[in-house]
Amino acid sequence: MRYAMAVDTRKCVGCSDCVVACQTENNVPIGYCRDWVVEVMDGTYPQLEIEIRSERCNHCENAPCVRCCPTGASHFAAGGIVLVKPVECIGCGACIASCPYDARYPHPKGYVDKCTFCFHRIKNGLKPACAAVCPTKCIYFGDLDDPNSEVSAVLKMRKSKTLIPEAGTMPQLYFLI
Amino acid sequence: MTNRRDFIRISAYGAGALAMSGGFFQAVKAFSSPEKAVALSVDLTRTATYCEVCFWKCAGWVYKNEEGKIWKIVGNDEDQHCNGRFCPRGTGGIGNYYDEDRLKTPLIRVEDRGKQVFREASWDEAFNYIASRMNTIKEKYGAESIALFTHGSGSSYYTTLMKAFGSGNIAEPSYAQCRGPRDDAFLWTFGEEVYSPEITDIRDTRCLVLIGSHIGENMHNGQIQEMSDAIDKGATIITVDPRYSTAAGKSKYWLPIKPSTDIALLLSWIHELIYNEYYDIKYVEKYCLGFEKLKEHVKDYTPEWAYGITTLAPDLIRKTAREMADAAPAVIVHPGRHVTWYGDDTQRTRAIAILNALLGSWGRRGGFYRPAKATVPGYPAPEFTEPARLWGDLFPGLYGVATGVVSNALIDASIPENNPAYPVKGWIVNGTNLINSIPNQPNTLKAIQNLDLLVAIDTMPVEITGWADVVLPECTYLERYDALRASPHRKPALALRMPATEPLYNSKPGYWIARELAGKLGLDSYFPFTKQEELLDWQLKQIGSSLDEMKKTGVKTFEREADDLYFAPEENVVFPTDSGKIELYSAAFEGLGFDPLPRYVPHEEPPEGFYRLIYGRAPMHTFGRTANNPNLTDLMDENTVWINPKVAKIWGLVNDQYIWLQNQDGVISEFPIRVRITERIRWDAVYMVHGFGHAQKQMQRCYGRGASDTQLMTKVLVDPLMGGTGMRGNFVTFVIENTEKEASS
Ligand code: SF4
Ligand code: SF4
Ligand code: SF4
Repeated sequence: MRYAMAVDTRKCVGCSDCVVACQTENNVPIGYCRDWVVEVMDGTYPQLEIEIRSERCNHCENAPCVRCCPTGASHFAAGGIVLVKPVECIGCGACIASCPYDARYPHPKGYVDKCTFCFHRIKNGLKPACAAVCPTKCIYFGDLDDPNSEVSAVLKMRKSKTLIPEAGTMPQLYFLI
Repeated sequence: MTNRRDFIRISAYGAGALAMSGGFFQAVKAFSSPEKAVALSVDLTRTATYCEVCFWKCAGWVYKNEEGKIWKIVGNDEDQHCNGRFCPRGTGGIGNYYDEDRLKTPLIRVEDRGKQVFREASWDEAFNYIASRMNTIKEKYGAESIALFTHGSGSSYYTTLMKAFGSGNIAEPSYAQCRGPRDDAFLWTFGEEVYSPEITDIRDTRCLVLIGSHIGENMHNGQIQEMSDAIDKGATIITVDPRYSTAAGKSKYWLPIKPSTDIALLLSWIHELIYNEYYDIKYVEKYCLGFEKLKEHVKDYTPEWAYGITTLAPDLIRKTAREMADAAPAVIVHPGRHVTWYGDDTQRTRAIAILNALLGSWGRRGGFYRPAKATVPGYPAPEFTEPARLWGDLFPGLYGVATGVVSNALIDASIPENNPAYPVKGWIVNGTNLINSIPNQPNTLKAIQNLDLLVAIDTMPVEITGWADVVLPECTYLERYDALRASPHRKPALALRMPATEPLYNSKPGYWIARELAGKLGLDSYFPFTKQEELLDWQLKQIGSSLDEMKKTGVKTFEREADDLYFAPEENVVFPTDSGKIELYSAAFEGLGFDPLPRYVPHEEPPEGFYRLIYGRAPMHTFGRTANNPNLTDLMDENTVWINPKVAKIWGLVNDQYIWLQNQDGVISEFPIRVRITERIRWDAVYMVHGFGHAQKQMQRCYGRGASDTQLMTKVLVDPLMGGTGMRGNFVTFVIENTEKEASS
């Protein structure tokens, strides 16, 4: 099993519904977030291009945050999901520094927090909260080992990219372009 | 290097914040695993609601956590408005409930209007005060001298109250300040309006044309969802906007039009369709009236003619006309929603209606569908007596095309110098912040100073409450029942709103407020049920359901009576117009002294050193309604002014600098606004999101954050046809150092 997510930049409108749905679903304190929206615009009026994408933890196969965690709080769970055990986290922040995607934040309760791919939901057969709410239905989630999963299907059909592949992290968050 | 590449990370937490929080980062033992806590709550009970954060009214479920507190709101899968997905505002709607700055108890003013000195009062005292003033006004001037300005779900109760009292002066600013011109244009052309939610069949369209509509920034849920479906299916999107909007970024064609020249483009598109015989000849012959006159009218409106006005290349105009024709009838030239721009808005949206008629999209798959609506039976109550005078009698002869009540006419009639046929002396204002929703603030304030009574009903201490004699705190939509939602859609449907929790503080539901006040006025008989849920249950039982059933399903969808979502081939459609046809040429307009066919009339241009002020929406806010919502301010807590890099260079502006805006009449924004230098806006205009720059200190999160566009709209381009207040005729320049403001702050 290999969980992955794909975000369709052709449909994403940058509304941040994924952000607020994640905050409420996961009780992320106001002022912090596990996912966020990036807009990149290029060109000169009126020859313009824009890419909008919803970003979060890439659940990297070769995750620097897991490697550098001194306590083992950052670990791989089923399906390659990168998780943090709050009770084991000492809040040293090494993982935050090591993440090339800036995906982790210091939770005010003293541990490091980040996207969990909504582990509590997917194990009950639900979609991650962000994928379930997105009004443009541009977030696809599923098991890459299952060729029939939504995410496998869409990655087969469409061109995609990952962010900072040169960092060698083998990210599992794809962007359809 | 110039800043050609815009990179924006939206939403709270970023690398910068981390760098600043070094001191905070200590090892603290965590308390509990949030994962476990959340997993347990998945099965907790949920209550049905429909959203009130905008008019789309999506149906959903409110979930509570183990402590019994509201946790999250999610869409109802069975609901046609949202298909199980709320928009960011609806998802963040819990913030409307948790906002600690909410109005908490009734207030009665003790100082001059606007001085904001109030005392707390009991509901009974507040009602007695209001009832006695209402009766005095009625005795002196007549019941119709009291006007209701209203927005949202509470409207129906206050409307009943006003009608029972004897006044028909009930205005929704969503008419004359927003969608009125388009509703009238379509009514006078097709005999039917485009309704809300709009009957645009975007899901199945092959070509969607947006004229200034910024779907994706306006999160009218069904439309954004269907636009996304259309993108998946390969539909062509054509966006006309001086700004590179989000929708423009998804478009095959973006037409960066010179602001205020849309009618010229529309006329040349009509010209192209007719003179190349791209239009739906059979449809036009069968259903339309006045084609020959239209053909003659647009004879000279070639793309070359339009080029000189709009700055759009003739080839681009030709190509896009062809695209529409190729997609027809599965094409939508979108009527827009907020269309009060230049005072010729009814004519502009008439041109849009005419284009749709020529393309044969009305009544066709992928164009406009025929809506169906569930009827909710009314409980027998006494008849209303016909008011002696209506709003149209205030200024006889004005706004002959208007089919709604013109809020600004009621405001003008509150100023004695305007010599209205009868005075308006009392306002009841429900859920609409007139200070920020009506342009020309000085005029509104002058009207207010002439009133004998101003009651403001709201959940938040918005600006209008500061001017009221009595402030009544409504509870939020999460704490109340409301009338059943029965909006037109593809299938008839009902949705229930019920309280997820008891009202916080001393706030109350709208039904209760209207009923209690009716009691003080001796009008109880118009509200036969003590509790709204009893009425809902009675209504539901008449149509074979019950309150209990609706509590379980939230939504009830019915089948259409006939399979007539679209016109059948060769169907003999009788349109509800005077002629029974689609009126391309409007004899009715001609009779009222207006152009029977739309014409392009040039608008004033910005003076040297000034830029046209254009405004719009952000996806995470519903204008001022959500400005103080803690969840949504977390996503966006101020607006910025978008400035083209060439302009910024002339002025020496840099990104993130705070400046003031000054309009053509010398009005300077009360608060500074942050500069966003971007290629996404033309050089002759600036853009900002409406709904910021609040001057009400009680709203702590949004007070003084960003600038208010309304404050800069002292020039209003009133539509002579229906009274709409065009708000895009204002020009601003930049004030970089504002010594006066800095000294006083
Ligand atoms: S909810 Fe969907 S459309 Fe909105 S920003 Fe997130 S991914 Fe994009
Ligand atoms: S998968 Fe869950 S935790 Fe991760 S960003 Fe989406 S909602 Fe947040
Ligand atoms: S579109 Fe958004 S704000 Fe409007 S009713 Fe639906 S969920 Fe609420």
